[in-house]
Amino acid sequence: MSKALSDTPTQPWKTVDPEFRKQQLITHLGTPVLALLFTVISPMAGFTGFCVTWFGFHVFAAALLAKYGKKPKSYANAFIEVFVGVTIFVFVAFVSTVLWPVISNGMAGVSHLNLLFQDAGKVGADASLDKGGFGHAIVGSALMIGLASLISVPIGILAALYVTEVRGKLTPFVRFFVQAMSGVPSIVAGLFIYSALIISGILQYSGFAGSLALSILMLPTVARTAEEILRLIPDDLRTAALALGGTQWRTVRMVVLPAAKSGLITSAILGIARVAGETAPLLLTAFGNNVLNVNPFSDSMAALPSYVFNQMLLGGDNDMARAWFATFVLLIAITILFTSARIVADRMKRN
Amino acid sequence: MSTELETEKITPRVIHVIRQNSDKVFRGILIAGGLAAFVLLSGIFGFLATSAGPVLRAFGLSFFTGKTWYAGDGLLPSEGSIDPPTFGLAPMLWGSLLIAVIAVAIAIPMAIGIALAATYFLPKKIAFAFTVFVDLVAAIPSIVFGLWGFFVLMQHGALWAKWLNTHLGFIPFFKVEFEGFEQSPFMAGLVLAIMITPIIAAVSREIFASVPAELINGAQALGASRWTMIRNVVIPFSKSGITGGAMLGLGRALGETIAVFFVLQLFFDEINWIRILESTGGSVASLIVSRFGEAQPLEISALFGAGLALFLVTLAVNAVATAIVSSTNRAKK
Repeated sequence: MSKALSDTPTQPWKTVDPEFRKQQLITHLGTPVLALLFTVISPMAGFTGFCVTWFGFHVFAAALLAKYGKKPKSYANAFIEVFVGVTIFVFVAFVSTVLWPVISNGMAGVSHLNLLFQDAGKVGADASLDKGGFGHAIVGSALMIGLASLISVPIGILAALYVTEVRGKLTPFVRFFVQAMSGVPSIVAGLFIYSALIISGILQYSGFAGSLALSILMLPTVARTAEEILRLIPDDLRTAALALGGTQWRTVRMVVLPAAKSGLITSAILGIARVAGETAPLLLTAFGNNVLNVNPFSDSMAALPSYVFNQMLLGGDNDMARAWFATFVLLIAITILFTSARIVADRMKRN
Repeated sequence: MSTELETEKITPRVIHVIRQNSDKVFRGILIAGGLAAFVLLSGIFGFLATSAGPVLRAFGLSFFTGKTWYAGDGLLPSEGSIDPPTFGLAPMLWGSLLIAVIAVAIAIPMAIGIALAATYFLPKKIAFAFTVFVDLVAAIPSIVFGLWGFFVLMQHGALWAKWLNTHLGFIPFFKVEFEGFEQSPFMAGLVLAIMITPIIAAVSREIFASVPAELINGAQALGASRWTMIRNVVIPFSKSGITGGAMLGLGRALGETIAVFFVLQLFFDEINWIRILESTGGSVASLIVSRFGEAQPLEISALFGAGLALFLVTLAVNAVATAIVSSTNRAKK
């Protein structure tokens, strides 16, 4: 009686019979083992064979569990569980085959730290790993991304502020065009800068041209995430500031922006993560370079992704080792950026 | 008399806002920032169209319908060309569409499974970690997928393609005219599928999470199993949202360049309509990267035309997708 009247709902449908859990566990863990055994003793060899047999066993086991288990369910329900499990497995398997070669081949370069600091000026194709490196590409990437953020972060935040603060008649159009811009293919951004600035002779192939192309790709990401963040700022803060006699400018500058600061940093980081790996637009604008160039306004400039691209086209064993190590570095940088953005955003949402 | 009274009653009170000068400037700057996207989009269209001008004038509509891309000596017949070029984009446009559709067809079930898992099947903490992982995959650069496609997927994928061809070759899609399975639209579609799965999954997950709790609780209170609940409540509610997400993925797949560049053999002379296992494909974006370095001015202009076509197609796909997604979001609220 007292239980029924207690404040917290008991949610009886959520309690799971431990016996049923055990049966489930046996099905989910048992089938891969069976499949592994089957792959070893039968002609179905290799990873693909394992997947196929495992899938078959699992569907069979799920159906058995549904029919004779402690908690009979419909076959369809068993199927959807297997379907969900298989999609997770396939996706994670594919992604780990994407990441594993980068990690295993990239680790080979860790013992050659000169690769991180030297440039490729006096190094021919397929030179041994002790000579040269891609320091120039790291510096180039950092410079171009930095410049691109200087351009696109303020504009992106302005666009977001227009949507959340001005709330004028153009709001739906602004949102629509920002969204449409996020679909612009990266190669088109490169073509645009090439035709607008390089053909017409305003710029040569340069780091600045590259960062302009990157900022086109970065702008919509920054604008959209910044808008989401600014929406989280309660309207009470704005009305309070206005009621104290603040102008809109002072309200935004002294109340809204400080409250949203960490979130806006997240939006900038997400924008950087979006463009850090872009290759195609840089091939048409920054072009790539073998030596260190720290002046973004003159002469072509290398970046990590375009360095990897060029090394792949060279194709020798040592060239490929360099490419894998550079990819490894790029991937680590992006992972760090991305997770830090996630952590900041998560902390902000919890507050 | 009475009408006058009524009109007096219904006239709304007018509130005059007198803005300070600082606010006028501030709002002006914000409007300028808001219009930046529009200005840039029109700028892209304008510059690409201008740069593509010479080729579009010379070839007209046949630039988009022609089936052969041949650079020749880079001169027009009117300029005294001995080996006149023809620029027909149709094989590339069709090829782009084909690989994007293959990618979406593979990605949709995978994305739905992942989104369902994150929303309904996995325990909360694991679901959160899994979501972060999937979002991180969306941030993996396309050059990494290019490396993967070229060095890892191609060997295995060629075996799968060969298997499909020998056992299911009677289906027109799996026929081949010559036995080259390595750099086919199927392979490019597979690479793109992994790339766009996180995008579709993210959109679907948001839609699933926004299914009203009372509907779900109601279904469960009526004794629905998870499948019955998903089939009868979740899927009908989120169908259009998933469609929108799939179209966003399609737009991304259409514009992807570097990953496709490494895994697709371009074929410049004919349209490969449906033989997806054969190493003859097309991709507008990949065409631009592969020809740009060695192109003469006329072909550069043709590549700008290709970029323009790609821009317009992705813009249209994205506009439809955005309209679908935002209309479902509005219906929810």
